[in-house]
Amino acid sequence: MNQVQNLTKGFIKENPVFVLLLGMCPTLGTTTSALNGLGMGLATAFVLVGSNVVVSMVKNLIPDKVRIPSFIVIIASFVTIVELVMQAYVPALYAQLGLFIPLIVVNCIVLGRAEAFASKNTVWSSAIDGLGMGLGFAFALTVLGAVRELLGSGALFGIHFIKGDGMLAFILAPGAFIALGYIIAVINRLNKKTA
Amino acid sequence: MDYFVIIISAIFVSNIVLTQFLGICPFLGVSTRISTSVGMGGAVLFVMTLATMVTWIIQYYVLQPMGLIFMQTIVFILVIAALVQMVEIILKKISPSLYQALGIFLPLITTNCAVLGVAILTVQKHFDLMQGVVFSMATAVGYTMALVIFAGIREHLDIIEVPKGMRGIPIALVTAGVLALAFMGFTGMVK
Repeated sequence: MNQVQNLTKGFIKENPVFVLLLGMCPTLGTTTSALNGLGMGLATAFVLVGSNVVVSMVKNLIPDKVRIPSFIVIIASFVTIVELVMQAYVPALYAQLGLFIPLIVVNCIVLGRAEAFASKNTVWSSAIDGLGMGLGFAFALTVLGAVRELLGSGALFGIHFIKGDGMLAFILAPGAFIALGYIIAVINRLNKKTA
Repeated sequence: MDYFVIIISAIFVSNIVLTQFLGICPFLGVSTRISTSVGMGGAVLFVMTLATMVTWIIQYYVLQPMGLIFMQTIVFILVIAALVQMVEIILKKISPSLYQALGIFLPLITTNCAVLGVAILTVQKHFDLMQGVVFSMATAVGYTMALVIFAGIREHLDIIEVPKGMRGIPIALVTAGVLALAFMGFTGMVK
């Protein structure tokens, strides 16, 4: 597979959220606005690239039996880095995302890519794969965040387009499920047309 | 804080699945039959309570005295992973029937963010050990309840005609949204 395909597959064809349905918890939990979704997506993307690179570097040193725990330690180290950096430089965003930053550890996408891709491929293509998947995840979260913010408060990235309050339910928990359900239905429909 | 308040708020007001968005993957994946939902709920109850107890002890007797709080995420996830493995091995030896019932769900639980989430929340909320145990048990009960209700609805959804594009996950998500809407009715019951 060439590197361009490797990079772009995460956006639509194998989008981790819309198509593979991985990493649902942060997807639903953090997308109260487009900005929060983007922040969470980029944090996850960083962990993905980092863990993919390290896993592919050490893949020959780790005995097969203990590979999953080893991967988890590598991932957890990168999550801790993200946690500390965000706490120091973007405390407001860190407070908003809260619990979901440490929970990147158990995001199935990160472990999934380490196991399915990085443990079998070279450092370079693993880095590209991590970047593509990470950006695809960030893209999905930003889209969902934008839809919820637009419907819930009539704003986008904090800029108000529509006067009034909007449908508050979309900012709250129920809107997350409903918005994601309809987005996936639309994507299913689009994928069927191109196929 | 009163135990009663902790219980009510963990089960209803801030239900872990429907308002906190933790443990969504098994919520969507396992909850197609009521019987499997009950099994998953039982396994979560067991592991969550145990994990909260162990991580609480580690947090206050190891990490804090040694100034290693920044290691929290790494240590907690390793403890949970090890714990799940141990529970699996012990159950297999001691109670094969319980292992039969919970066995297939145990490996899934390591990657269930609800378990790690509750362990971290217990520390964040400054609960003492007893409150932490009550909190994690109540959370697991709330989790099971959400799973069972959702499975019940999905069993009915199977025989209903759904528009083509909405079949499967989309309709499940919208249903979960409506369920979350119902649980919003509990908001404000506990401050």
